Amino acid sequence: MAREQDTQGMDYLVSLPRRVVTVYLPVLVFLVVLLFPFYWMVVTSFKPNEELISREANPFWIVAPTLAHFKRLLFQTEYPQWMWNTMLVAVVATFLSLAASVLAAYAIERLRFRGARETGLAIFLAYLVPPSILFIPLAAMVFRLGLFDTKFALILTYPTFLVPFATWLLMGYFRSIPYELEECALIDGASRWQILTKIILPLAVPGLISAGIFAFTLSWNEFIYALTFIQSSEQKTVPVGVVTELVEGDVYHWGALMAGALLGSVPVAIVYSFFVEYYVAGMTGAVKE
Amino acid sequence: MASVTLKDVRKAFGSTPVVHGVSVEILDGEFAVLVGPSGCGKSTLLRMIAGLEEITGGAIEIGGRVVNDVLPKERDIAMVFQNYALYPHMTVADNMGFSLKLAKRPRQEIEDRVREAAKILGLTEYLERYPRQLSGGQRQRVAMGRAIVRNPQVFLFDEPLSNLDAKLRVQMRTEIKELHQRLKTTSIYVTHDQIEAMTMADKIVVMNAGRVEQIGAPLELYDDPANLFVAGFIGSPAMNFLPGRVVANGAGLAVELGGGVRVAAPRVQAPLAPGREVTVGVRPEHFAVSAQGVPAEVIVVEPTGADTQIFCNLAGVEVSAVVRERHAFRPGEAIRLAPQLAYLFDPGNGARIR
Ligand SMILES: Nc1ncnc2c1ncn2[C@@H]1O[C@H](COP(=O)(O)OP(=O)(O)OP(=O)(O)O)[C@@H](O)[C@H]1O
Ligand SMILES: [Mg+2]
Repeated sequence: MAREQDTQGMDYLVSLPRRVVTVYLPVLVFLVVLLFPFYWMVVTSFKPNEELISREANPFWIVAPTLAHFKRLLFQTEYPQWMWNTMLVAVVATFLSLAASVLAAYAIERLRFRGARETGLAIFLAYLVPPSILFIPLAAMVFRLGLFDTKFALILTYPTFLVPFATWLLMGYFRSIPYELEECALIDGASRWQILTKIILPLAVPGLISAGIFAFTLSWNEFIYALTFIQSSEQKTVPVGVVTELVEGDVYHWGALMAGALLGSVPVAIVYSFFVEYYVAGMTGAVKE
Repeated sequence: MASVTLKDVRKAFGSTPVVHGVSVEILDGEFAVLVGPSGCGKSTLLRMIAGLEEITGGAIEIGGRVVNDVLPKERDIAMVFQNYALYPHMTVADNMGFSLKLAKRPRQEIEDRVREAAKILGLTEYLERYPRQLSGGQRQRVAMGRAIVRNPQVFLFDEPLSNLDAKLRVQMRTEIKELHQRLKTTSIYVTHDQIEAMTMADKIVVMNAGRVEQIGAPLELYDDPANLFVAGFIGSPAMNFLPGRVVANGAGLAVELGGGVRVAAPRVQAPLAPGREVTVGVRPEHFAVSAQGVPAEVIVVEPTGADTQIFCNLAGVEVSAVVRERHAFRPGEAIRLAPQLAYLFDPGNGARIR
C-alpha cells in the first residue's frame, strides 16, 4: 500500500525528461560520490605495483589485474587472525551490550522507577564523552585489571559506547509498543520477565536488529581502543592491524592496505544485506497491529 | 462469578484528585455500565478494579474479598481494552490461549477452550490469522474471546466499541448483550455513549467529574432523574431546560417562563413558594402540539420518517420536540406546544425538586 501511495504521490514526475532531472540525476550523483572511494579501493587492491606507481597508467583502470596483494595480505601478515579477532570481539561485545541495553531500556522506559529519567539522561551523557578522551582512564583500568593486550580489553570496553547508544535506540523502540499490551498481559497473568520475553522482545525484533547492526559495525570499525589496548600482532583487529603492519615507516603498501580494507568490509556488508529490511523498519519504529 | 463492591473509592494522580469517593454495589451476574462525559474518571475507576491503577482511598471488593493490594492476575478478572490490545505477533488462537498458557494448563484443554470460545464468537475460521489480517469487528471479537476463555469472575470493558463504525457498533452491542445473557458473568462496561448504556445495562452508574450522580436501572434514570446532570445526560435527544419562577395562579401554582409564558407547575411534594427560581425540564418526546399549549415559534422541522423533530423558540429558549405526527410547519410559524410531563430542578445545585 505504501508503494502505491508513493507512485501516486510522484505523479507529477511522470514525464521522462522531468524524471531524469529530478530523480535519476541526483541519485546518480549521490551514488558516484558514495561509491567512488569503494571503487578506488577495489581498483587499487587488484593493481600490480608497477601500475600503481606509474605516472602514465590510467589511475581509474587496471591493465593486468593481480592477486599479489591479497596473497601478501593473507600469507605474509596475520590478517586471518586479525579478522577472527575482530569478528570475535565485535560479536561478543554486541551481544553483551544488547543484553544490558534491553534490560536498561525496558527498566527506564516502562518500570518508571524513581530517577528513571535522570538515569536515562546520565546514560546519554556517557555517550557524549568522546572515546579519544575516555581511552586514557580506561587504559589505566585495563592495565590494573591485567587485561592489557587481551581481547577482553576490547570486549569489556566497547560496551562503554555501545550500551548508551543501544539503550537509547531501544528506549525509543519500546516506547512505540502500546502500553496496553503490557497491561493486558499483566491481567492475563504474565510476570515482568514473561512480559519482556514473550511480548516486548518479539515485538522489538526490528529494533534489536538495528541496534545489533549498529553495535556490530561500531565495534568492527573501532580504532582508538584497539590501538591503545593491544600490542601484539596476533591480538590485533583488522582496522589497527592493517594500518600498523602495512605501513612501514613512510612506505605505504597501498595494494595490500586496500585489499585488507576490502576484505574487512565484506562481513559488515553481508550483515547489512541480510537485515536491511528489519533495519529500516527498526529505524522508523512503530509496531503495527 | 462474583459481586463487585466499591466503598468510597478515591483516586488522586499526584496531588490531583480525579475520583472523589465512589460507592457502588454491582450484584453477581449483573451487567453494570459506567457512563459519563469524557474525563470524568470512568476508565480510572475501571482500571482500579482491574488492579492496573493503585487505589488512593477506600476499598474494592470482588466476591466479598478486598482486593486493594491484590495483583491484577490474582483478581480473576478479564479486561477488554478500547483498541483491543491484541498481541500483534500471535495468531488469534495464541492470543486467546495466552492466559491459559501462562497458567500452565494442559495443551489439550487450552485448545478446547479456545475452540469453544471461537465457536461462540464465530471466529473458528480465523484462528490461524494474525490480528493485522482481521477487520475491526473481528479484532473486537478476538479481544472478547480472550476474555471468555479465561472464564473469569468479572468482565471489564473499557469503551470496547468506540473504534467501530456506527452500524457495527449496534450489532456488537447486541452481541455483547447476548453473550452476557448466555454466560451470566458479572460485567462492568465503561462508555460515554448514553444509548449504549441504556440499551445494554441492568444497572447504570452515571458519573460526572469523579463523582457518582445516580445509580439505577436504565428506565429508572430516564423516568426519575435525580438531578439536572442525569436528566440532561440520559435520553436522546436531550431534555430541554427552561428557566422560570414559581408564581401563584388562581388556587394553584404555575411556573412563569421568559416572556410571561406560564405553564402549570408539575405536582411535587416539596413546598413551592411563589417567587422561587426553578428550572423546568421537559423531554422532547413529552411535548405535544396542541391548542392548549404555550406559544412557540418554529425554527426548523426535521422529519425522520418515524417521527418528526421540531426545533422551536419557546419563551426565548431553543427547545426540541419530537412528535409522532407528521407536520409541515414552515420556519417562523407560530405553534402551541403542551408539555405532558415536566420535571423541576433547583437551578442552584441542580437537585431535583420532587
Ligand atoms: N496517569 C494519569 N496521570 C494524571 N492524570 C490522569 C492520568 N490518567 C487519567 N488522568 C486524569 O484523570 C481524569 C479521568 O480520566 P479517565 O481516563 O478516567 O477519564 P474517562 O472518564 O475514562 O474519559 P474518556 O471517556 O475520555 O475515556 C482525567 O481528567 C485525566 O486527565
Ligand atoms: Mg476512558
